[in-house]
Amino acid sequence: MFGTENISKAFGGAIALSDVSFSIEPGDIHCLAGENGSGKSTLIKIMSGVETADSGSILLNGQKFRSLSPREAVAHGVQVIFQDFSLIPNLTVAENIALSTDVSEKRKFVNPKRNRQIAANALERMGVDIDLDATVQSIPVSSKQLVAIARALNQGVKILFMDEATTALTRKEIDHLFGIVNGLRDRGVATVFVSHKLDEVQEIAQRITILRNGSVTAEGDIKDFDRKSIALAMTGQEVNEVRLAPEVPANAPTVLQVDSISSPGRFRDISFSVKAGEVVGITGLLGSGRSEIAEALFGMTSIESGTVSVNGTPITLKGPRSAVAAGIGYVPQDRLTQGLFLHQPILKNVLAAAIERFVGPLGFVRGKSIRETVTAWIADLKIKTTNPQNPATSLSGGNQQRVVLAKWLAMTPSVLILNGPTVGVDIGSKRDILEIIRQKALDGMAVVIVSDDIPEIVQIANRVLIIHQGETGAEFDGAEIQEASLYKELAA
Amino acid sequence: MSYITPVSKRKGLQLFGSPNELFLIAAIVVLSLVIGLNNSVFFSIATPFDLLRSSLIEILFALGLLIVLVSGGIDISFPIVGIFAGYTTVVIMLRFELDTYSLIIPLVLAAIVGAILGSVNALLIAGFGLPTLIATLGTAGMFRGFLLSYVGSVYIANIPLGLDQFSTADLLSVETSAGTLARLHVLVIPILILAIALAWMMRRTMFGRTIFAIGGNEESARRMGMNVRWTKARIYMLVGALSGVAGILYISLQRKADPYDLAGTELEIIAAVVLGGASIMGGYGTVTGTILGVLLINLIKDNLILLGVPGSWQRAAVGLMLLIGVIAQAIADKRRLKQTVTVAEEDSE
Repeated sequence: MFGTENISKAFGGAIALSDVSFSIEPGDIHCLAGENGSGKSTLIKIMSGVETADSGSILLNGQKFRSLSPREAVAHGVQVIFQDFSLIPNLTVAENIALSTDVSEKRKFVNPKRNRQIAANALERMGVDIDLDATVQSIPVSSKQLVAIARALNQGVKILFMDEATTALTRKEIDHLFGIVNGLRDRGVATVFVSHKLDEVQEIAQRITILRNGSVTAEGDIKDFDRKSIALAMTGQEVNEVRLAPEVPANAPTVLQVDSISSPGRFRDISFSVKAGEVVGITGLLGSGRSEIAEALFGMTSIESGTVSVNGTPITLKGPRSAVAAGIGYVPQDRLTQGLFLHQPILKNVLAAAIERFVGPLGFVRGKSIRETVTAWIADLKIKTTNPQNPATSLSGGNQQRVVLAKWLAMTPSVLILNGPTVGVDIGSKRDILEIIRQKALDGMAVVIVSDDIPEIVQIANRVLIIHQGETGAEFDGAEIQEASLYKELAA
Repeated sequence: MSYITPVSKRKGLQLFGSPNELFLIAAIVVLSLVIGLNNSVFFSIATPFDLLRSSLIEILFALGLLIVLVSGGIDISFPIVGIFAGYTTVVIMLRFELDTYSLIIPLVLAAIVGAILGSVNALLIAGFGLPTLIATLGTAGMFRGFLLSYVGSVYIANIPLGLDQFSTADLLSVETSAGTLARLHVLVIPILILAIALAWMMRRTMFGRTIFAIGGNEESARRMGMNVRWTKARIYMLVGALSGVAGILYISLQRKADPYDLAGTELEIIAAVVLGGASIMGGYGTVTGTILGVLLINLIKDNLILLGVPGSWQRAAVGLMLLIGVIAQAIADKRRLKQTVTVAEEDSE
């Protein structure tokens, strides 16, 4: 048996975990759920020897440990697959799988033949075929994850933690991953999924442990839970997935008009329009071209033919600057690399897109009006911070996403394009973010939301466009927007 | 969808070295032809011999720097470390009247002094986690000041006899058509052996692979259980020792010990290593490429005059080569990124 007994851990004055116990048997698949900051990561770190608990003990193979070093944890079969997979991009697949074996055997020399054999065996046991000599940076994300699993397998994994394992994967890749995890289960490996995506977790896990503010709030057989009860245990409050789509006045003017735009190899002949106060959802499978459409509307991907008009005026999109000038704001998918200046203060992040409005006649920035504006946005978007001068890294995922939102809202665009606005954001923040989007739509903004999160699209959108291999598939309107029908159309 | 990634397209080429190395060879050949057609003096056995002689010391420095670049760092203190170790060795040998004919004593002494200076870098970088550029910029200044104030600031013309005689130790000498003697220095052999040994170390030892891993992703290397700090410490000590050896050999070939020598050569060496394909971002670099890079830079530097370019343009040319190397890398990185994206797209359909 693996698990923890009455683990507590505090950082300074903040309690990260209090009296957490959970257990998992070999061959079980367990889900560890909780919002950002609920203590999931701390729990993994304690079990893998990165952090030491203040009190309580760790159970590995039935043995009790007061504390562990990372090496001991590995020796007892604990492996963690982080979201970034912790692979070395410039080394080959074979080396990435086998080098950690060389390290733990304290070898001085490397035998490439032996390493290839080790890697080939590990991949074969999983039933996957990846070019052993390719560098890891040249293979797709899904293969990288498989390489990380192969490495764990090779290290004699007995309990495998997977942190947000499905975030970057397509549906098919997720199915493939689940197949492999089921294979591990048959070999007696205990797997712990750490995830936000409740639908997927329900598909694969048998048991669930839910954390909130460092304490276990619910645990048990996953069959006894549904999305609502999981959300309740995670947030401590009823989360109503009521439709948030704003009412669009009948006489609302069309703000964004897209006429048969094409970009070879990405999308073809896409047309739609968005009225003031309307939220249009665009969805499709990964690689369908949905993200590319969003990027094209912000000038980041070139449009070969077709026209885009804002408020009736045709615009040429040559890079983000021209899009901003035309009144288009864009919240990118990957906030860490595209949306935020991570090490800059929150204040500067909020104003990054709107700074030109705060420049006085002599070219100086007006400090006072900046502070007032930022304070107003922080209050408006409920960004949890003690000081706007703190760097953006000090915020949790959900709050970082609010800062990105604030940045674009501060320039009061007439069209706001959001690409995956709630990826990696916890349930509570997600609801707040959708609420903000609804509020801005009610204020007259035209909103385009691109997402693969169907429940979210169903909640917020007035109309939904489904993209199939770069072309408009079906279109849903008002009451036609149902999760079941959207899923059906996506799978078609 | 398949999980089989396309076999890397480079494989066919790799039999003959990477595209970058092929390009360097092509550049050297084309440039030689251009220079030779302009001035037939160039086509003489003396030219490759002289080129090798002027490149030998730089190759030593460059191989040390290569290791640092692969690990994701940079070292700009190595020329100072080299001259510090070399000059100090000569001073010690003269002061204590050590066996003046020995070659082993000065080589070992210089390597030790170099390693000690390297361990100062190691302490700052591996111990205190300072950025490598700043740490080595600081130590370069410190070492130079220390050398001139405490070891000596005078030019020594009478270096120990062993070192002095080694400067004319030729592997072979050929009489050219012009009647002069074209000489190939014996150092070609030990440096070739050392280069092969370093290439082997980078490829086949855990130390070497750990250097690549740190340059690729330091945090991942740590999570794989690799000892990142100790590896970094060893890198800077090794580079110090290599630079020390290079420094004493430089003094031997020059037949004089001048503490003001070698200053500023870091530009050339960095340019050569980067042209040789080592990534300034870390994680990539080969011994073969580095040697070719040094040869190319020296070919250009030594023969600009034959092309009618004034000698004062030498440094500008070297600076330009460094920028070309970095730009070429940026373009290659972009292409690599694109390739990954297309593979991912193909895969998801």
